Amino acid sequence: MSTSNHDEYYIPEPSKWPLVGTIALTTTVIGAVNTIHAGELSMILPVGLLLVAYLFFGWFSAVIDESMAGQYNAQVDRSFRIGMLWFIFSEVMFFAAFFGALFYARVFAMEWLGGASNNASTHEYLWPAFEAVWPVLTNPDNSLFVAPEEKMGAWGLPAWNTAVLLTSSVTVTIAHHALRAGHRKPLIIWLAATVALGVIFLILQVEEYAHAYSEMGLTLDSGIYGSTFFMLTGFHGFHVTMGTTMLLVMLIRSMKGHFTADKHFAFEAVAWYWHFVDVVWLGLFIFVYWL
Amino acid sequence: MSAVIEEHHDHHDHKPTGIGRWLFSTNHKDIGTMYLWFSFLMFFIGGTLALVIRAELFEPGLQFVEPEFFNQMTTLHGLIMVFGVIMPAFVGLANWMVPMMIGAPDMALPRMNNWSFWLLPGAFGILIASLIMSIMGMGSAPNFGWTFYAPLSTTYGPASTDYFIFSVHLMGISSIMGSINIIATIMNMRAPGMTYMKMPIFVWTWFITAYLLIAVMPVLAGAVTMMLTDRNFGTSFFNAAGGGDPVMFQHIFWFFGHPEVYIMILPSFGIISEIVPTFARKKIFGYSSMVYATASIAFLSFIVWAHHMFTTGMPVAGELFFMYATMLIAVPTGVKVFNWVSTMWKGSMTFETPMLFAIAFIFLFTIGGFTGLMLCITPADFQYHDTYFVVAHFHYVLVTGAAFGIMAGVYFWLPKWTGNMYDETLGKWHFWTSVISVNVLFFPMHFVGLAGMPRRIPDYSLQFAEFNAMASVGAFAFGFCQLIFLYNVIKTARGKTSVKATGQVWEGAHGLEWTLPSPAPFHSFTTPPQVK
Ligand code: HEM
Ligand SMILES: [Cu+2]
Repeated sequence: MSTSNHDEYYIPEPSKWPLVGTIALTTTVIGAVNTIHAGELSMILPVGLLLVAYLFFGWFSAVIDESMAGQYNAQVDRSFRIGMLWFIFSEVMFFAAFFGALFYARVFAMEWLGGASNNASTHEYLWPAFEAVWPVLTNPDNSLFVAPEEKMGAWGLPAWNTAVLLTSSVTVTIAHHALRAGHRKPLIIWLAATVALGVIFLILQVEEYAHAYSEMGLTLDSGIYGSTFFMLTGFHGFHVTMGTTMLLVMLIRSMKGHFTADKHFAFEAVAWYWHFVDVVWLGLFIFVYWL
Repeated sequence: MSAVIEEHHDHHDHKPTGIGRWLFSTNHKDIGTMYLWFSFLMFFIGGTLALVIRAELFEPGLQFVEPEFFNQMTTLHGLIMVFGVIMPAFVGLANWMVPMMIGAPDMALPRMNNWSFWLLPGAFGILIASLIMSIMGMGSAPNFGWTFYAPLSTTYGPASTDYFIFSVHLMGISSIMGSINIIATIMNMRAPGMTYMKMPIFVWTWFITAYLLIAVMPVLAGAVTMMLTDRNFGTSFFNAAGGGDPVMFQHIFWFFGHPEVYIMILPSFGIISEIVPTFARKKIFGYSSMVYATASIAFLSFIVWAHHMFTTGMPVAGELFFMYATMLIAVPTGVKVFNWVSTMWKGSMTFETPMLFAIAFIFLFTIGGFTGLMLCITPADFQYHDTYFVVAHFHYVLVTGAAFGIMAGVYFWLPKWTGNMYDETLGKWHFWTSVISVNVLFFPMHFVGLAGMPRRIPDYSLQFAEFNAMASVGAFAFGFCQLIFLYNVIKTARGKTSVKATGQVWEGAHGLEWTLPSPAPFHSFTTPPQVK
């Protein structure tokens, strides 16, 4: 493979997918708001979601066909890589907003509510009973936000989940090595193992949520601890779901004989994404569960 | 079907036709054109809202609108101008110019490019629909200011806030995809020999702006997501009763917001850095210092956000840190102004419309920079904050800065885009009427601001009456002058002007984009040019 392919440029044909994408997303968000406002499912939402599914399926199929037809040169491949890397960076910044909220709430807001710095009178007059201890198990106003009973420990399920995700990062790397060496069978086996680990993670996560809701009183509306807990782990879980789905597609494509030892950008992109999801989890494990 | 463009193989005339050309476009010029027209349309909508505000403020007392509706006007005016005018116009200019300037046939990811554009009509359709419904008496449009502070937007926000939240999400997706595309194009599509330090400054400024965008748009997405859950799902991020903090909203918002204001000025810096050397017929003074100054401004923009929050309540160490960090930005900004002036020094200058706008930019943006420096002095800001002085500051940097930069760029490149020279007389009329009226509009705001007139209030006390009347007259004049601009652009685009443009267009123009014929071919460079 040449590293540079400058004397030939590739421009894709006009495509309907961007427009489908716009209609799909706009419909979905309108449906989502209508559902929230009505308190019951607005039919616009499922229509939008179906369009989103159609979008992903159709657009990716088109790209795969073009790629299999050998239309993409090395330059296009590089553009895809740059695009994926910076997309992941933008995802990092999305999580950074929620981590930022967690740190701010723990380091500043909670201490100030407890009277730290020059906030003694705020504390005294507003919520004198509030104690600044993380996790917040008595909210400033417990009549508005019912606080959870206990902290989610780190060394039960979450520790297992850490092991599961770390292992899956290893298995996907082994699969990648197999692909690069041109060994189809180990590729499929290790990729399947990765998908399985992703699914196990999600099952354990659902288990944990059920436990939090039914036994611990730890809910989305149980004050700042619940808010940050579910926002961070929830968005992470959503990303794991996306990642697992993408890995599954890679698995199916591998079984169909797609990818060659030196041309498999889609696989690598998904692997990067998976590592990113893994790193975010480490942050969660340390700052949400453990410390 | 393969669309590989081979060497010596002319695809120039393979233009798709009909509405499909625009809906399904993968062409950087067509997409750039759509961005620019979208921005122009939004400019007139946002401008109309501004005129409602100025009509109400023409004299003290309540004349035309209810205070509640006035709030919706200031909110939507700000949102539309920031997200619907300045940002799309810049992306449109990047689409048109970056591939031509670096010797590429198109953007790196043309389909994603089209998606970035088409998300905008969706996002603004939702936002403007909420305004139309408000006018028809069906609930309120967003009314909490373009900064949508909690709890105004959470506890007290109208129902339309949830639509607003998702509209911001769509704008964010659009911006992120747009910037990824620009980064991939610049990193991957440069012609052989076009090293980073040979890139035109406009390309550099957009390169850095794109990084700012991917770093902060996701944070904005996070902020509105927390708003959404606070409003609808019982979280308490911005509610102290549950252990959160409304001030935290401001930190997160301004962590996005301050880099955002530089997102809205850096590409204009780039445009000015192209125009001044052309009409001074000299190379830009201090090319590399321009690049480093842009990079330092971008870096510093991440550590100054709380200068918007001096009066909110922060530990003294924080107040001091953010004051000094903000002052530091004046240094690289000063480097840029110095370089523009030095480029003109002893140049053989001519004053065509783009150059006039560029010079006005340098003067008037600098005034805005100086008022910024006044505002960043913490104890002084306790007086200035939330007064019309702040409004004057950011309109000098945004209207006579960002927007004048865009207008300068449009006049500068229009001949390249259309193959026709614009009408220079009309251009000069547009310039002189704009530059006079814009000062009548915004300069008096400094005085009423220093005297204590609060912003975002539909009424004011009597001693502010004269200056406000003046500003309102300026506003209507400025608004109507823009029709000259519109007319001139349409006239040029339709080829109704007498003079055809040459490839080089301007005598002093240098760079790859001027080696192409005017109008530029559909696919800019089908074979890579060699850059020495
Ligand atoms: C030398 C550079 C600058 C400095 C030192 C500076 C400083 C400041 C300060 C301290 C404030 C807060 C004032 C207050 O609310 O009390 C402010 C507000 C603002 N600045 Fe600047 N600024 C600079 C350049 C710019 C530029 C280049 C832009 C945009 C192109 C800009 C746009 C804004 C906006 C939009 C606001 C008001 C935000 C709001 O409250 O709605 N500034 N500036
Ligand atoms: Cu700022």
